[in-house]
Amino acid sequence: MPSLKEFRNRIASVKSTQKITKAMQMVAAAKLKRAQGAAEAARPYAERMASVIANLSSSVQGEGAPKLLRGTGEDGVHLVVVATSERGLCGGFNTQIVRAAREKIAALLAEGKTVKILTAGKKGRDQLRRLYAAQMVGHIDLSGYRTIDASAAQLIGDKVREMFDADEFDVAHLVFSQFRSVISQIPTVRQLIPAVAPQGAEPPDLKGAAYIYEPGEAEILDALLPRYVDGQILQALLENQAGFYGAQMSAMDNATRNAGDLIQKLTLRYNRQRQANITKELIEIISGAEAL
Amino acid sequence: MAEKLTFALVSPERELFHGEVDQVVVPGTEGEFGVLPDHAPLMSTIKPGALRIMNGADERRIFVNGGFADVTPDGLTVLAEDAVDLAEVDSAKLEQDIKDFEEDVRDAKDDAHKTQAERALARAQAMKAALMR
Repeated sequence: MPSLKEFRNRIASVKSTQKITKAMQMVAAAKLKRAQGAAEAARPYAERMASVIANLSSSVQGEGAPKLLRGTGEDGVHLVVVATSERGLCGGFNTQIVRAAREKIAALLAEGKTVKILTAGKKGRDQLRRLYAAQMVGHIDLSGYRTIDASAAQLIGDKVREMFDADEFDVAHLVFSQFRSVISQIPTVRQLIPAVAPQGAEPPDLKGAAYIYEPGEAEILDALLPRYVDGQILQALLENQAGFYGAQMSAMDNATRNAGDLIQKLTLRYNRQRQANITKELIEIISGAEAL
Repeated sequence: MAEKLTFALVSPERELFHGEVDQVVVPGTEGEFGVLPDHAPLMSTIKPGALRIMNGADERRIFVNGGFADVTPDGLTVLAEDAVDLAEVDSAKLEQDIKDFEEDVRDAKDDAHKTQAERALARAQAMKAALMR
């Protein structure tokens, strides 16, 4: 049986751990609110962009379509972009994303495709490196960004397009976590290139009039598609960020609760031990007195 | 003029402006154009420059760093890369920024930093040009 002092020390240490997890939970809650706001604020842009793309891609098709929309015409080399968080202490958040990525990669490899992996976020890189070191082609460091903004998405988008222009892959997928709620984030795989016109986005009703394009349709689509790709990446990063804080919040909530339980148990044992000690001392005194 | 134009200015990060206005002048790549209510459907790319929002006697000038304008019967939507209200831009600070960015371009260690610095410089210079007019 540990001594009373050892109990006291352990209780104190668990208490300070609890304070830390509690603080982290509250910080995560505040940041989650902001991240959720950011993800929501980015939605109008994505929606408008989607409807413009849907509208344009229906009129520009076939040979004249930009490469980003029509692809390379082949399906041999796949790039998997895995977006995870830079930091941990968020429960199974990153593991979930990595698992989705692994399933996708395994499926592609089973089909005999060549797979290249690009990671954004340290945690995903660390986990994937163990399994697919040979397939890793790059990593984008986002640790410098305290909050995700358009330039972070552009960083990834530039890299992906640079590789695409150099014919390093035919199809690109983006793996990230969709934010549903604080306790539920859904790992999602989305095709990035060739760009798919979003489903459910209706071209606007023109009331019989025809669009005027300035300059031409193809030029507009050419200029628009890179931004569309960036926009999708940004949305994914923002969803990821919100999901990360959500996961961190619930993980820290659990940790705080566990610490509470542990403190309760330790206190109980501490008190028992203390009482046992007192009883023992009393018995010693009494039996000493009786012996006289 | 009773009728108003529904105008929305959105950047990738958030919606910057949404409301009813009289007229918007957009810096299109093939020249500036004004959009009034009931404009014909039009889609145009935008070059970096000042976007003017006119509402009654009010005129707001907003710097947009490239993007798209989409006119539909429902109104005008501008998808901007980024946008800054020119009334909030301090010209002295902008000059300083341009100098800083120029230095960044010179001192850039690798290509990635250089392109980033050049991008920032181009943006600041375009903003200055918009401010001067």
